[in-house]
Amino acid sequence: MSVIIILLLASIVVAGGFLFAFLWSVKNGQYDDEESPPIRMLFDDQPVITDSQS
Amino acid sequence: MPVEKFYYDNKIVKSFAYATVFWGIIGMTVGLLAALQLVFPWFNLNMAATTFGRVRPVHTNAVIFAFVGNGIFTGVYYSLQRLCKARMFSDRLSWIHFWVWQSIIVAAAVTLLAGFTTGKEYAELEWPIDILITLVWVVFGINMFGTIIKRRERHLYVAIWFFIGTWVTVAMLHIVNSVELPISFMKSYSWYAGVQDALVQWWYGHNAVAFFLTTPYLGIMYYFVPKAANRPVYSYRLSIIHFWALIFLYIWAGPHHLLYTALPDWAQSLGTVFSLMLILPSWGGMLNGLLTLRGAWDKVREEPVLKFFVVALTCYGMSTFEGPILSLKNVNAISHFTDWTVAHVHVGALGWNGFLTFGMLYWLIPRIFKTELHSKKLAGTHFWIGTLGIIIYAIPMYWAGFEHALMMKDMTPEGNTANQFVTMTKAIWPLHLFRAVGGVLYLSGVFIMLYNFTKTIKKGSFMANEESSAPALEKVYVPTHKSHWHSWIERKPLKMLVLSLIVVAIGGIIELVPTFLIKSNVPTLSSVKPYTPLELEGRDIYIREGCYNCHSQMVRPFRSEVARYGEYSKAGEYVYDHPFQWGSKRTGPDLSREGTARLKRGNDWHYLHFWNPRDMSAGSIMPRYTWLFSRNIDTGMIPKKIRAMRTLGVPYPKGYDQEAVKDLLIQANGIRVDLKTGPSKITIEPTKEVLALIAYLQRLGKDVETAVKSGATTTPNK
Repeated sequence: MSVIIILLLASIVVAGGFLFAFLWSVKNGQYDDEESPPIRMLFDDQPVITDSQS
Repeated sequence: MPVEKFYYDNKIVKSFAYATVFWGIIGMTVGLLAALQLVFPWFNLNMAATTFGRVRPVHTNAVIFAFVGNGIFTGVYYSLQRLCKARMFSDRLSWIHFWVWQSIIVAAAVTLLAGFTTGKEYAELEWPIDILITLVWVVFGINMFGTIIKRRERHLYVAIWFFIGTWVTVAMLHIVNSVELPISFMKSYSWYAGVQDALVQWWYGHNAVAFFLTTPYLGIMYYFVPKAANRPVYSYRLSIIHFWALIFLYIWAGPHHLLYTALPDWAQSLGTVFSLMLILPSWGGMLNGLLTLRGAWDKVREEPVLKFFVVALTCYGMSTFEGPILSLKNVNAISHFTDWTVAHVHVGALGWNGFLTFGMLYWLIPRIFKTELHSKKLAGTHFWIGTLGIIIYAIPMYWAGFEHALMMKDMTPEGNTANQFVTMTKAIWPLHLFRAVGGVLYLSGVFIMLYNFTKTIKKGSFMANEESSAPALEKVYVPTHKSHWHSWIERKPLKMLVLSLIVVAIGGIIELVPTFLIKSNVPTLSSVKPYTPLELEGRDIYIREGCYNCHSQMVRPFRSEVARYGEYSKAGEYVYDHPFQWGSKRTGPDLSREGTARLKRGNDWHYLHFWNPRDMSAGSIMPRYTWLFSRNIDTGMIPKKIRAMRTLGVPYPKGYDQEAVKDLLIQANGIRVDLKTGPSKITIEPTKEVLALIAYLQRLGKDVETAVKSGATTTPNK
């Protein structure tokens, strides 16, 4: 069952990568504001001018 | 900061959306063909390319990687640009991504139908296509991360995290599972063998479900459901928590596909524990999606897009509740190898992936064409006919699963199995017919959608580049209070993610794989010997024809299975199996004890059975394999195959590759003589493929039989 070592290694390295990403996102202040992002994404979608560059 | 003007690329979104619909129809039509083949064997058309064993992988690959794959890219290319307030990083990369992905799909369909397959479920594509997939995934990654880097919105909306998680994990899974030794342009052997191959394959297989069918679709859900309902997601905090929980838990759940198999018990239990935990983050996502609609249920009544989303989320909730339940060993003992699993995955695929895709397209197509949907009423019809299709598909499949399992386990008072396998096949036959009806309904809904879109597109005018504006992102300097040694790496999370992946790829593959795998520490049985050249060739034909799609090679340690097939399977008997062929569904009986004295049938029986299974077993739904009687064994490849197997650690003597063809012909001639002198007086040349396949089947289980006779192993439940 030695293959499990590869799977563990691969999984742990990726999980470690995600852990870093998580720590970064917290430190970066990504989650400081939980109110405005979900509302902001609703309003970014109004096409300003019609097709001008096709 | 000055406001910058920029344009969203809608053309690439449109192309991916068209591809989604196109491949959806193809993939589902092929699925319908496969369903009909299980009811009426003549739907196999008596041609190699259209036989179930090759059609089914085309169906699964087409709906997963072509339909859902293009659906993912449609959703990502649309939402990522808007969430980042930036055009995609590079138009050129976008189009390379699009066209290479479509060519991979075409290559996949052609090669699978032609019989080029690795024999590993959901990873059937041969090595050149695997490499192409890796390259296009890198292109997609550069384009996605490039867009994230040049974003004008500092906050990464939760959907983007789901896309990042998808990209990283799929890359790793694909690379680790595709380690194979090429022996020719379109043939390779999995580097892993037997139980190890099975573990890697289902680690991949399960996470393909997790990171191809689930996380990107959750990202899409978090963008399109709030958009369509025009209200913010119920709890943004919950979305973040369940994202991180899902990412960390999913990767460990794979072994639940191998419960009661020869996989070591502790690995099975590990899979079960993590699968049970998964219900929390899964339901977090489902509830978050549904609760987003609270106070908007009046809109659900009016708006077909929301109807599709509600059913999609409900199906997601149902299948992610069912998944952990199926991971319990006692439930899995019933469900595994039956149609229950088929029902489970189709609730997920038709409900969650299908309906979420349809909802997304109904929302998105009118928008990029600056118009209204042609007919909401037709979309409503699609919704109802699709929902009905799911129900008529799923209920008979659950029923068939239970019925099959119960009949399988039924014993007579004398302690024998009560039902012949073909009796069970006949019993669930009507249920399979109903499943095909469900498929027809679901597919006709897609055609209604196609018509609706055609009409919508005609009256709209396409907006290839959609103008938007936003201030550029300010460069902020975050003072580090105390500079740790690792702070440089934390400041660059993207670099970190890419680095991790490179570490996995290089470290894992180059160094570890050969070292660990060739001298495997799987407990060996001294009686288990390598296959003879003819058997090896037969095994390759077995793989080519996709026999594993219907036949397992795994006797679980249950009274009913041991009574039916013989000695339960051990890890040690598969050490020379590159790839493993345990299978995941028993549409036909298990074959791993086919050559043992108890189940053994004569060569002539197999011969006639391959010619027409219904001649030997009335009611069988197995296709005919008539081309095996005219095609010749490719003896030119034999030395290469033997050398490859030696590289993988199979103990053929040195220089055996030069003698292998001679041995092959001697063994094949033996079978020829046996057929000639047997009761049916069959005449066939000794070079025909059917002889190799017969030789392989006659070998299955024989080594274990020897081990049992010599007392090296014991049968349970005595």
